[in-house]
Amino acid sequence: MSSVAVSNKKGFGAVFWDYLTTVDHKKLGVMYLLAGTLFFAIAGFEALLMRIQLMVPNNDFVSAGLFNQLLTMHGTTMLFLAATPLLFGFMNAVVPLQIGARDVAFPFLNSLGFWLFFLGAVFLHLSFFLGGAPDAGWTSYASLSLYSPGHGIDFYVLGLQISGAGTLISGINFIVTIITMRAPGMTFMRMPLFTWTTLITSALIMFAFPPLTVGLFFMLVDRMFEANFFDHTMGGNTIIWEHLFWIFGHPEVYILVLPAFGLFSEIIPVFARKRLFGYSSMVFATILIGFLGFMVWAHHMFTTGLGPTANAIFAVATMAIAVPTGMKVFNWILTIWGGSIKVTVPMLWALGFIPSFVAGGVTGVMQATAPLDYQLHDSYFIVAHFHYVIVGGIVTAIFGSMHFYWPIMFNRALGEKLGVLTFWTFFIGFHLTFFLQHFLGLMGMPRRVFTYQANQGWDLFNFISSIGAILMAIGVILLVLNILISIKSKPLNCRDYWEDGRSLEWAIKTPVPFYNFKQTPLVRGFDPYWLEKHEGNKEGMTYAEPLSDIHMPNNSILPLIMSIGMFIAAFGALYHPDGVSWSIPVIIIGLGITVASMITRSVKDDLGFHVHVEEVIATEEQLYGKGGNK
Amino acid sequence: MEETKFTPQTWPDRAEQATQEGKNKLVGIWIFICSDITLFASVFATYLSLRNKGPAGMEFSTQNLFELPLAFVMTMLLLTSSLTSVYAMYHMKNHNFKGVQLWMSITVLLGLGFLALEIYEFNHYVHIGFGYTQSAFSSAFFTLVGTHGLHVVIGLVWIVCLIVRNAKRGLNLYNAPKYYAASIFWHFIDVVWVFIFTVVYLMGVLG
Amino acid sequence: MMKGLKKWRLFSLLAVMTVFLSACGENYISTLKPAGAVGKQQLNLLIFSTSIMALVVVVVSVLYLLAFVKFRRKKQDENYIPKQVEGSHTLEVIWTVIPIILLLILSVPTLVTTYKLGDVAAMEHVDEDGNKTALTVNVTAKLYWWEFEYPEQGIVTAQELVVPTDEKVYFNLKAADVKHSFWIPSIGGKMDTNVENVNKFYLEFDEESQGLKDGVFYGKCAELCGPSHALMDFKVKTLDRDAFDTWVAAMQATEGQTASKDSTDLGEATFAANCLGCHAVSGAGASGAMGPNLTAFGDRNRVAGVLEHSKDSIETWVKNPESIKPGNLMTGAYGKLSDEEVSAVADYIMSLSVED
Repeated sequence: MSSVAVSNKKGFGAVFWDYLTTVDHKKLGVMYLLAGTLFFAIAGFEALLMRIQLMVPNNDFVSAGLFNQLLTMHGTTMLFLAATPLLFGFMNAVVPLQIGARDVAFPFLNSLGFWLFFLGAVFLHLSFFLGGAPDAGWTSYASLSLYSPGHGIDFYVLGLQISGAGTLISGINFIVTIITMRAPGMTFMRMPLFTWTTLITSALIMFAFPPLTVGLFFMLVDRMFEANFFDHTMGGNTIIWEHLFWIFGHPEVYILVLPAFGLFSEIIPVFARKRLFGYSSMVFATILIGFLGFMVWAHHMFTTGLGPTANAIFAVATMAIAVPTGMKVFNWILTIWGGSIKVTVPMLWALGFIPSFVAGGVTGVMQATAPLDYQLHDSYFIVAHFHYVIVGGIVTAIFGSMHFYWPIMFNRALGEKLGVLTFWTFFIGFHLTFFLQHFLGLMGMPRRVFTYQANQGWDLFNFISSIGAILMAIGVILLVLNILISIKSKPLNCRDYWEDGRSLEWAIKTPVPFYNFKQTPLVRGFDPYWLEKHEGNKEGMTYAEPLSDIHMPNNSILPLIMSIGMFIAAFGALYHPDGVSWSIPVIIIGLGITVASMITRSVKDDLGFHVHVEEVIATEEQLYGKGGNK
Repeated sequence: MEETKFTPQTWPDRAEQATQEGKNKLVGIWIFICSDITLFASVFATYLSLRNKGPAGMEFSTQNLFELPLAFVMTMLLLTSSLTSVYAMYHMKNHNFKGVQLWMSITVLLGLGFLALEIYEFNHYVHIGFGYTQSAFSSAFFTLVGTHGLHVVIGLVWIVCLIVRNAKRGLNLYNAPKYYAASIFWHFIDVVWVFIFTVVYLMGVLG
Repeated sequence: MMKGLKKWRLFSLLAVMTVFLSACGENYISTLKPAGAVGKQQLNLLIFSTSIMALVVVVVSVLYLLAFVKFRRKKQDENYIPKQVEGSHTLEVIWTVIPIILLLILSVPTLVTTYKLGDVAAMEHVDEDGNKTALTVNVTAKLYWWEFEYPEQGIVTAQELVVPTDEKVYFNLKAADVKHSFWIPSIGGKMDTNVENVNKFYLEFDEESQGLKDGVFYGKCAELCGPSHALMDFKVKTLDRDAFDTWVAAMQATEGQTASKDSTDLGEATFAANCLGCHAVSGAGASGAMGPNLTAFGDRNRVAGVLEHSKDSIETWVKNPESIKPGNLMTGAYGKLSDEEVSAVADYIMSLSVED
């Protein structure tokens, strides 16, 4: 493995094997992005089916049972298997470049995290073909999910357990990477905001996912091995599930929205050509949001009957989150203020984000008002609220960042005109879909209903809402079209595609070589690339070391094998309650494969390999022509 | 990375942190432990709310189930094993590989002793009818103590792998952080047990 | 062009808002047209918080649009590098303090109302004779239907809650199978029915339901509870205190009423043989039945919660409950009935009534 000569022509098999075994953060970033897009499309399609069903009262487009499966899979997929991996894609692709690192701290674990996530997701989706998907909502409240017949909930529990483990591993990896792998001079207070939000998000993952793991485990043993955590006739208590789920579930929202904030904090300064306003208060607000995110979970349970004191405490704590979030919004506006705004597609998404997200934020504060939430809870109002936050905050960030970072990730650009069209179709469709849903909720429509009776005053708004959903779908199709077109387009081979890049990732010429930086950069201040550029440094970087051999990690197939082991074991557990004789052996074989690969991994020496100076020079010349990355 | 032969004189002061990989590993294990703490906190909270809860007329309770002497012996075994792993780390500092292997092996033996007692205890409970599926209380008890037991097993496998794998290779900058991380993990397991001893056994019998 | 679009959006937003605040749903189901003190307090909170939040949205939008319009890059400024401002402590303090003040203002009514609506101490108050002074209703949510027990009065009904106006009515809420949530939007906010504990809260009904379109308020299950969650509706009939007392007496008077297998009426006989095991026809008793109590069925407003109140609907329902409410527990619980029997049973059920 020690000589990685760069060759142009690789067979399909070789490329495929390369992606199965890769530990390169850039390739894993691409894989996260692709997998995330796939699941985003699936979940979006599910949403479309639901909106078609709700277009008119008493519709029978889908059955009640199928509708519940759709709503469960839509929520679960969007949060765990679409938004999370899409954001992880950007984190993987961008964060090591932003901090001047050659890879993440644990490249092997990075790959393991991806494969666990992916196979967990695949496992969950197999439910559609194996007797029905989970149907108790993405919250899967215990009494209903214990009652639910078939294997749907088992798929939910096992699939999320596996993919959750992947997410946790990736989260730990990012924390360590950001703490230990920063280039010389990249102090914490010089880190780009996306790196900061990645750090805080990973910290949230580290504290939020274990409660979910525990809750899922309880559900698993209750359903499959006759334990009694949630069976109240045996002394169990379903409220424990609600607590564990929301102790995870609320931070999960911030796990997703903080990186989105980070991405916008990268996009806005570039296209306003102005330094991010109030950097230190942005960092402080991020940390504060992360911290408060753990203090407010019970606001999802105002109507559970925790009593007025608990409700009062959690109401006030929830309102407090509005303060740091508000700080961020004003900082973004003040970044634009006095700048020189260029309206490109990423900036368009950023500009669309601010009012949409603020609208979602203020309805959140309204729901923090506990007595008012008794009316709003579990009505269409809450559906409107969290879609304003998630679509208005997170999806806009993802779409905007796709355009923004496409040049770095793929050495291609996404089309500008088609991008603008996508934005307007999706953005108008989004508001059309969800704005009216606030009123549907206020007019008494509960959420998660597969149909509704006519003449309750809801018909018109539901119809309009469904039209909006179709517009959103068209928007997504346009985006996918744009991506497909970009594959055929000419490689960029340039540096700083947007011309106003500020942080280190823009200082590298694309395509980025597999070792990222031929010499580790020396960071001399905040926005290092902007700094060097405006001091006339043509190379865009000051180096911290002379050109020398580069140490890189080896590829490995073990992460995939470990994940497959878990995948197999999950099937054993799934069919255990059916009383089949092979269930326990399959669990043992599956876990055995995983454990054996872990032992192989720890017993085998894996010291990585060195890229020698001559190879570095050869690679650079091959990528950028004579003179290399000058 | 060429393997350098070290002597006690050339062995760096904080060998476990001498390489970038070593630093990563140590920060990593601490972060992992933070997240494991949340895991145990969730299980502890569940145990506390389901303690003594079962079907109507359940005869089992913390008072008539647990026996402090056994739990005390288990505690002592585990506490001592923590101490022996400290000795191992002490010898690592001085590049005394034989000492490292010896004390790590003793740690493993003590850990095995603990595990044997735990298996005996579980077996006893199942035997008298307090099985995993008997009540919410039993599910929560076995899950809490069993999760800790699983951590002990993982810790033991980890340490045994290290001892076997490195027997011929000796101590170097590549495996020093591995020993160190395993030892931190072992201490963590020990600390969790102290909480289990207090919350499950002491508070169960006395409180 | 972009500028025009933004303005157009803001304008249409305002227009839409005005339209909606004047026409806000149907008065028997909308939270925006409350017919009870609890709902009114919640609407007041909604209006109060919306005003504060609208202020925030307007300020942010104005600032943002202004910044956007003012600082767009012009052709001649292609190479202009704006001043790289680090931040401003004054501004940061301002936009930290103002939101805190706004939230403090909002949190006062929040806290007061939370405690006020959570106060169920009066449930236990008794008069000199040891009778409870307040009316209590025990609500049991079951897979796709609702049971209402009046413990002090010794009566039980289902699917249609009957309550007096102008007094606090207290509720004990519980689920028999999976978690549901009890919600009468136009009367007041919801409360979950859990499987392991009883939740308590109160509502007030200020308006008699007689004048409404169907003569009832609509109630909903608000927590996903299975395939027919969307169909788990109930209705609320509010009467003045005298009419309510009359209704209670009529219900109590049905004590011992039953259907006889030997009846000459085919409907009653069929009912007794197939349905009586789950559906009682006497209003006196306690909760815990397998199926909804049918004593007052003839007075109700819907069949199975969602179908029109007619003999045809009963026939459709009895012939194939699964086609109406998937996942219900009635399907398969009784023998096969001939068309004639179904029709007779429907007639019999329609005849059950306690009102004049």
